Amino acid sequence: MTEQADQIFVLAKKALLNFLSPFLPDWAAVFASILVSIGAIAVFGPVTMMYLTLLERKLVGRIQNRYGPNRVGFWGLLQPIADGIKMLTKEDIVPAKADKFAHFLAPIAIVVPALLIFSVIPFGRGMIAVDLSIGILFFLALSSTTTIWIFVASWASRNKFSLLGGMRSVAQMISYEIPMVLSIVPVLLVVGSFSTVAIVEAQSGWHWFVFTPWGIAGFLIFFLTGVAEVNRTPFDLPEGESEIVAGFHTEYSGMKFALFYMAEFMNTFSISAIVATAYLGGWQGPWLPSWVWFFIKTYALIFVMMWFRGTLPRLRVDQLMGFAWKFLLPLALINLLIAGIWLKLESPKNYLVALVMVIGSLMLLYWANGPEIPKKRTYRYAYENE
Amino acid sequence: MIFGGGVIKGMLVTFKNFVLSYFSKEHLTTVQYPEERLPAKERYRNFPFLIFDNKPEDLRCVSCDICAKECPPKCITIVRDSDASGKPLKRPKVFDIDFSICMNCGICEEVCPFDAIFMDHEFELAEYGRFEDLNYHKEDLLKSAEHFAKIRPQDAARIDAKRAEKAQKVEPAKPQSQT
Repeated sequence: MTEQADQIFVLAKKALLNFLSPFLPDWAAVFASILVSIGAIAVFGPVTMMYLTLLERKLVGRIQNRYGPNRVGFWGLLQPIADGIKMLTKEDIVPAKADKFAHFLAPIAIVVPALLIFSVIPFGRGMIAVDLSIGILFFLALSSTTTIWIFVASWASRNKFSLLGGMRSVAQMISYEIPMVLSIVPVLLVVGSFSTVAIVEAQSGWHWFVFTPWGIAGFLIFFLTGVAEVNRTPFDLPEGESEIVAGFHTEYSGMKFALFYMAEFMNTFSISAIVATAYLGGWQGPWLPSWVWFFIKTYALIFVMMWFRGTLPRLRVDQLMGFAWKFLLPLALINLLIAGIWLKLESPKNYLVALVMVIGSLMLLYWANGPEIPKKRTYRYAYENE
Repeated sequence: MIFGGGVIKGMLVTFKNFVLSYFSKEHLTTVQYPEERLPAKERYRNFPFLIFDNKPEDLRCVSCDICAKECPPKCITIVRDSDASGKPLKRPKVFDIDFSICMNCGICEEVCPFDAIFMDHEFELAEYGRFEDLNYHKEDLLKSAEHFAKIRPQDAARIDAKRAEKAQKVEPAKPQSQT
């Protein structure tokens, strides 16, 4: 019974293919198998995005002591559909001097990597579209292409605020890409594989990487850089409403605007899913079906992101850059060393050594990054010397 | 205080608000407007209405035109009624208030010497048209004295006492004027 609940989606796919196979030639059956996976992801991604918008509005509303949307349908559950209809019926405005083709292409192209990332996420035991041997590399490569389309959108709009937002986006992405990649390297070092499935299987039992000293540091770096990668508060400088109208999507309206949000929310989901996969054990967990564990962990991380959004004000540009280059990057490099030492030493000793090293490096970086408080200046009148 | 301690402090504050919004009324102050509503304060004022005492023909308004003259945006139109012989009567034939112009100042209520016009608590007055739909005529503006006593009990008691006192003073003089 539990076995069936665990494999419910895999079995459903098998049953569907068994049902179809008598009617199809061999090559078409393979094709159908691919199409079923693609269809599942293509439905799951946008639906997730729609309900993440609702969830975000509800959570932020509760944080601000109000209800959030609760008028359309029970608990406001039909609100995303109402929003979608509104978005589709809005006028599509293209600025007169815009680069029309790029302006049209950017919002469409930005959704593609966001959807492709879903193919390497292990949603449960055996529930992965393609078990790529370079899964994490694939994810890192695709998540960084998002910034190209953000910049294309900002450039094509021919608007100063858009361009500023795009520039900020590029600067931020490049800065945060490096600690992000470096923070996941310890996991690859310990597991010895890029495959997301192998990473999850290496964490079976309660050996989640977040319970190791290098894992907690890596988890924090990876999660924070992930938040920065998907442009969410407090790292949402590319669209800082209070500074540069709406950043890169200033000149977008209607469904094109919604597509940027779709990409952002799908990236939010996939980043949370990859963080959960790499550090929180993916679908590993007792009693419940594997995919339930996966969604619990992913949504817990999404909740933290929305909690950030409800709490933290936007960073200043220099603070943002300083945080990436002066704190996260050295910590990620040291963390790589710590993971290597942890791997080489014997079992009880390695935890202690790694813990001491993590705490030591954190304290060192805190000290090095401490605010520089200038000495209090004392003014003396000239005549006091005489 | 450690570096970044303020962030944790802030996160705890928002988390407390998030959790308590499910349990305590102070942390979820929204009033779900169409279903539930706050009781209107007595001194709340919106658009004016014309008061009648017992039946709708007994308007207190004598069509003196003071409110129309004092009205800053000039939203009141009054035409005095007259009988068959053309003798003017102490009642309005037309009493229109254009609610699209009225600015809810309440000066008409203040200046009325006959306590005939008062500010109402009614605020859900949305209409489809901008012009005729919002131009309220005499029949739409009429409301009973009981309604006034219900929405503004203190003001109603004060004004009723004033009117009763006035009526007593006028009473002995009445026979003289009739002769």
